[in-house]
Amino acid sequence: MNLTANSFIKFYSSSIGKKVIVAITGLALIGFLLGHMVGNLKIFAGPEKINSYAAWLHSMPLVLWGARIGLLACFFMHIFTTVMLVIQNRRSKGSRYVYQHTNKASGASRTMIWSGIIIICFVIYHILHFTVRFANDYDSSAYIDTMGRHDVYKMLIDGFSWLPASLFYIFSMALLCWHLSHGFSSVFQTLGLRTDKTWGLIKASGYAYSLIIFIGNCSIPVSILAGWLT
Amino acid sequence: MNLTLKVWRQKDSDSKGKMETYVVSDIPEEASFLEMLDIVNNQLIESGGDPITFDHDCREGICGSCSLTINGVPHGKGKGITTCQLHMRKFSDGETIYIEPFRAKPFPILKDLMVDRSSFDRVIESGGYVSVRTGSAVDANSMPIEKDDADTAFDAATCIGCGACVASCKNASAMLFVSAKVKHLNSLPQGAPEKTKRVVNMVNQMDKEGFGNCTNQYECEAVCPKSIKAEFISDLNRQYGTAIVKDAIS
Ligand code: HEM
Ligand code: SF4
Ligand code: FES
Repeated sequence: MNLTANSFIKFYSSSIGKKVIVAITGLALIGFLLGHMVGNLKIFAGPEKINSYAAWLHSMPLVLWGARIGLLACFFMHIFTTVMLVIQNRRSKGSRYVYQHTNKASGASRTMIWSGIIIICFVIYHILHFTVRFANDYDSSAYIDTMGRHDVYKMLIDGFSWLPASLFYIFSMALLCWHLSHGFSSVFQTLGLRTDKTWGLIKASGYAYSLIIFIGNCSIPVSILAGWLT
Repeated sequence: MNLTLKVWRQKDSDSKGKMETYVVSDIPEEASFLEMLDIVNNQLIESGGDPITFDHDCREGICGSCSLTINGVPHGKGKGITTCQLHMRKFSDGETIYIEPFRAKPFPILKDLMVDRSSFDRVIESGGYVSVRTGSAVDANSMPIEKDDADTAFDAATCIGCGACVASCKNASAMLFVSAKVKHLNSLPQGAPEKTKRVVNMVNQMDKEGFGNCTNQYECEAVCPKSIKAEFISDLNRQYGTAIVKDAIS
């Protein structure tokens, strides 16, 4: 046990070790994003489907809290490590070129920390809005459906009917999509799971995945604002 | 050709450097970039000025000494060439050219455009060798090597240790260089005995020298004069991860 803890510390203090932690936590978050989106798309199947889905999740507190704590741990580890990497990298470069030139690094790859910081703001807002239900009345009796369950459907409709909330949501999803357009394929590079033969496919899958997450998630506020979901 | 050169001048590693402007004329198109600097230096010496210090040796793209960042690109524009292989015909008459040293903290500037790349030597020392049986020479063909492995090892072995990868990287990461060295020796049976030790030691030394962390942006791949592929970096990541897991289990 002690040996493994020691090896982990050694691994984490190396540059590749830190990168691997960023990739694994990123991958866990990528997996969560897909599950979360698929779950939320149940809103299109009507109040019954999404409310029973939410009630089902809440009927397993151990699983729910296990997942929440795991995700939060991944999120913090991802942030802590990337911030450390950014600081170390600035230090390693030392001086900057007078004449700056970029050959092929993508815009997304050069702004990961900025898209990341906006994602942090969004996640805090999003959790306060729909999970903690802070400064709103989504916990009141108005949000209990006829079966006595929490009325997630009504909460989403009301939550996204407020234009600024929807706009911030769409903006954040765009940045998340931007973050993933680099991050997804990057995971395969970092974990040593790519060759020149598979690279094209991996990159294309990354773009496709990012786009699916963006379109899937944004379809909800857009449909609510457009009045297709009431 | 008439050119305006903006050149980084720095007295020594402790001084603060700055860009100086030189207006030069009658540079032949067929001159190499280094020959162009030779001409400028001759003129500087004749007029009693201080010539521009820069590194060079073979001038045919094999030693890896030349190290200039030209208009923000290490070794200048042109795929798969070193600074000494770059010719003035690639520039246009009247152009302004920025010439800077390879910038990275682990490559301290010694003077003007010359940097100290001995950090690379220490990375090589930490694992870039193979154990050989001394005594009578081994028969050349006693060890059969798969053609694919030989080709991969050779592709990796073409790295000349110039440091352009580090210079182009905004994190001053040396991953392309280290991955090439590890791939070269770890692909061959001669390198097999130290395989695990090699990857761990070289990565540790790379970190110790203060090179940054790779952010998978592949600027290195774009400027490498030997077209070393970033695919090798991915392989280095895997080899390092495997080595650490092996170490933790045993
Ligand atoms: C749902 C949230 C997030 C997901 C799915 C995600 C996903 C990823 C993925 C897959 C990578 C690529 C890992 C690799 O290079 O192998 C990555 C890199 C990165 N992430 Fe995130 N991320 C998220 C949130 C954040 C946040 C909140 C930050 C804030 C600091 C952040 C900052 C970064 C940075 C700076 C990198 C680049 C690291 C490097 O290349 O060294 N990410 N992210
Ligand atoms: S990998 Fe390419 S750029 Fe880096 S040191 Fe080797 S030859 Fe130079
Ligand atoms: S001087 Fe030897 S590679 Fe350029």
